[in-house]
Amino acid sequence: MNINLTMIGQLIMFAMFTWFCMKFIWPPIVAAMDERKKRIESGLIAAERGLSEHKEAQQKAQEMLNQSKDQAAEIIANAGRQASTMVEDAKDTASQEADRIKTSAQAEIDQEANRVRNELKDQVSDLVMQGVNSVLAKEVDAKTHKDMLGKLSQTL
Amino acid sequence: MASENGLIASGDYIKHHLQNLTYGQNPDTGVWELAHTAAEAKDMGFMAVHLDTLGVSFILGAFFLFFFYRIGQKMTADTPSGAQNFIESIIEFIDENVRGSFNGKNPMVAPLALTTFIWIVLMNTMDLVPVDWLPYLAQQIGVFFGADPHHVFFKVVPTTDPNATFGMSIGIFFLILYYSIKEKGAGGFAGELLFHPFGKMMLPFNLFLEGVNLIAKPVSLALRLFGNMYAGEMIFILIALLPFWIQWSLSLPWAIFHILIVLLQAFIFMTLVIVYMDMAHQKEH
Repeated sequence: MNINLTMIGQLIMFAMFTWFCMKFIWPPIVAAMDERKKRIESGLIAAERGLSEHKEAQQKAQEMLNQSKDQAAEIIANAGRQASTMVEDAKDTASQEADRIKTSAQAEIDQEANRVRNELKDQVSDLVMQGVNSVLAKEVDAKTHKDMLGKLSQTL
Repeated sequence: MASENGLIASGDYIKHHLQNLTYGQNPDTGVWELAHTAAEAKDMGFMAVHLDTLGVSFILGAFFLFFFYRIGQKMTADTPSGAQNFIESIIEFIDENVRGSFNGKNPMVAPLALTTFIWIVLMNTMDLVPVDWLPYLAQQIGVFFGADPHHVFFKVVPTTDPNATFGMSIGIFFLILYYSIKEKGAGGFAGELLFHPFGKMMLPFNLFLEGVNLIAKPVSLALRLFGNMYAGEMIFILIALLPFWIQWSLSLPWAIFHILIVLLQAFIFMTLVIVYMDMAHQKEH
């Protein structure tokens, strides 16, 4: 238990060990640990960012889905409306056409009837004239009578 | 008569175990040699060295540095190996302690704390090696080289040698002085010694108080570690005097308890080193 040079030796050894530790041991270990810490940190941040991005994308997709649903509904409604108007239009034009055809047919019929009536009138007047001619062949001035009868037939 | 002989023998056994392997100049013959007896070692005075203390502590310190250096060179930021994990947990533990107690900025303090802690743990752990193994081995080597087996001393635990603990604590003391002057300036440090805690009027008293305070730091540091380890070693030696078939019943519980002391003393030493460094770096009071 004598105090002697051992003390100084121990002191020098202690100083050397500490110096070596400070120079060659502590820095690389702490550097590696710090680097890992940084890596973990950035990894966590990236993960969080990915998560929020995913959420955002989901939201966007939902939005788009909703939008397209609305659009589809609109399109369907438009189409329905258009179809109904087309049907209405067709109905209208069809009835109009029918009316038109009806009136033209009527006019044609009237015209034909007139024509036939006139023809008949002419034939009757001819017949009458023939009859009268044959009856009154001698006595009657054909020309004057014809005028008379023509006037008569016109009043028919 | 036999029991008296036995008593003397056990006294010799204890003394033999507590004697360092001393190399110095024999004052009687003037020859540089290994001391043959405790009295001779004592007579060699200050100019002598304890080869066992220096050797064991050097081997342990070198082992620590080598191991940490190797792992440190292979450090990766990826998945660490088991050894790297072990080292990292120690480093983290030290770093946490330094961060908690040391407020200054000095890249030396953490490595200092690491060296202090691991080295002391290793030196203390030598206490857990059965007390006779290494001395017996040293004795055999000594006998091989032609020495008298009774004159080959070997004290295994460096921290049971006050030279070792005082060597370390004096190193710490120098660091305290150096950083006190560097951080506070010579005037600031002197002011702290002279005008604190009672102001100018009580200057001598202040100087006495602060002086004692300053000196007490390395002394208490060294003596606490030395005292604890010396007492522990002493008890192991006493247990070793018992018949061999009963020794385990005492040495095992004591060894288990001693593991706690080994770590605790190293931790206390390290913590105090950090605290003293912090005090040396504090600028204002």
